[in-house]
Amino acid sequence: MRYLIRRLGFFVLTLWAAMTLNFFIPRLMPGSPEEALRERLSKGGSVVTPEQLRTVLAEFGFEPDKNILLQYVEYLKAMVTGHWGVSVGSSLGVPVTDLISSALPWTLGLVGITTVLAFIIGTFIGMVSGWRRGGLIDGVVPPVFIVTSALPYFWVALLLISIFAIGNNPLLPNDFNYDQGLTPGFNVQFIGSVIKHGLLPAATILITAVGGWILTMRNNMVTTLAEDYVRMARAKGIPGRRIMFGYAGRNAFLPNLSGFAMSLGFVISGTILVEYVFNYPGLGYMFYNATVSTDYPLLQSLFLLVTLAVLICVLLCDFAVFLLDPRARTEG
Amino acid sequence: MSAIVAGTATPAPSASRRPRGGLFRAILHNRKAMLGAGLLILFCLLAAFPHLFVPWLHGDPQAIGDLPLQQPSSKHWLGTTGLGQDVYAELIYSTRESLIIAVVAGLGATILSVIIGVSAAYLGGAADNLLSMMTDIFLVLPTFPLIIVLATYAGKGNLTVIIVVLILTGWSYGARQMRAQALSLRNRDFLESARVRGERRSYIIVVEVLPTMISLIVANFLGAALYAVLTAAGLQFLGLGDPNSLSWGTMLYWAQNQGALVNGLRAWALAPGLAVALLGVSFALLNYAFDEISNPALRPVRRRRARQH
Repeated sequence: MRYLIRRLGFFVLTLWAAMTLNFFIPRLMPGSPEEALRERLSKGGSVVTPEQLRTVLAEFGFEPDKNILLQYVEYLKAMVTGHWGVSVGSSLGVPVTDLISSALPWTLGLVGITTVLAFIIGTFIGMVSGWRRGGLIDGVVPPVFIVTSALPYFWVALLLISIFAIGNNPLLPNDFNYDQGLTPGFNVQFIGSVIKHGLLPAATILITAVGGWILTMRNNMVTTLAEDYVRMARAKGIPGRRIMFGYAGRNAFLPNLSGFAMSLGFVISGTILVEYVFNYPGLGYMFYNATVSTDYPLLQSLFLLVTLAVLICVLLCDFAVFLLDPRARTEG
Repeated sequence: MSAIVAGTATPAPSASRRPRGGLFRAILHNRKAMLGAGLLILFCLLAAFPHLFVPWLHGDPQAIGDLPLQQPSSKHWLGTTGLGQDVYAELIYSTRESLIIAVVAGLGATILSVIIGVSAAYLGGAADNLLSMMTDIFLVLPTFPLIIVLATYAGKGNLTVIIVVLILTGWSYGARQMRAQALSLRNRDFLESARVRGERRSYIIVVEVLPTMISLIVANFLGAALYAVLTAAGLQFLGLGDPNSLSWGTMLYWAQNQGALVNGLRAWALAPGLAVALLGVSFALLNYAFDEISNPALRPVRRRRARQH
């Protein structure tokens, strides 16, 4: 039980750290948001009175005259209660939460599915490759996936576009989430279009993400196979497949599971680039747009949200480890 | 983009003291290491003497030419950009900045992770708890979004900002490994004897502990450098770098902005990314090879032995 409480404590602490970073970064960095906002609004041709500007910035939680500690406490309160402010970017005045909720399903669908898929496929290939050590699969797997794991996400995306989606009669579309003529609905045409548009981005994430998990799983497997209990199982004459899954694979999988949560941050960074390349209107693309239009509230909310997502995954993996690994239960 | 890639579950606890030169011999006998080292040396040459690879070029490699958007030809090996710049010349001259970012950020992150990891293991107690907690938090925080937030606030385009940010976000994974290995070394006899001899703590850490950890430190540098290469290229590709600088990420940014792919100029759109990928691959290969060297269990086995199972 102590294990779970400790992990929950870590969850809260990290979330707090992310919020604190979010609060202090804009206040410590050169250049004030006020300046940036005024400059951009006047460039856009709209005339803004100082009062309006102040109101917008107050929404953003930026009140330079107030005590900084007081601001900090208020900021934390607003974040926890879901008052994430309004956008000051291209969609001025729209609550950040609205913007995010419109983009969230796309990212969740695309990234969620492909990441889990990559993890499962990677773990399986890694297990087999480690089991058949020195065999044909194992001769090919490490070198190939060392290479794919070092490829930049956006380059794989560009490569796939140049192969499949360029020319007079492209095989697959290279941008957006569905054909723009269609109205979203639960019908074959729409779903088919969504899948078609998701194929290339999904392939990109799969290709680049799978390598890491294959390599770690293979190496864990190799280390585990040297353990005495595996030799014991062999000596007892237990069939190979059962040793592979039930003895070695099961134990080699545990570090990989914690690694899954840890490396999620890398996957998310990759998807920002992938969504940017494919103009896929998910959170990553929104993140990019927020950067371009220096939409600070949106940027910070997205960062917080991504942190929250990673932390939830870490927590879920911790629970899974708790269930799977008796050591985690007894050690405390 | 994963620095986690080559790290095995736990660093080999049996980092025995190797005789001098053993590490180099190990590298020479590892095919992955040789390939990785070869690529890296090539990139170093490109960075150090770019003019040798573009001998016909006199002056600015970014010079604007009068033939924009050309397909690759004998005159322009990789075609030209929307401003008529020669892509090949730009590519060669960009090596320097990309390599500098990788090496400086990789070194910085490694030094930081050694300091934090080793001191956590050595100080123990509350300090260890605090440092480990900090490491874990930084490990979980999604770094790339954080980098984007930081780079946006700190002003786009500054090379120093990018490197500092890469260091600040890239140390945590290494620190964790360093701590694990330093902990496993803590009660070794040779350290005990140094303690009995009455050596100072700083002496023990610098002269006795660090040399034993050298292969892990090198592996860590390679991982951090890989992370730096990929992340920096990603940042520049998104337009968060200096748009006038000569680097692969910036080339990709312009290629994307001037519609290289849409115009069918595959060489221009893909070559800089390929360079990034190759540099990344060279770091990754070396990293994996170092893993094999420091953890003998992972070394490739000969076919004949494997068949007996």
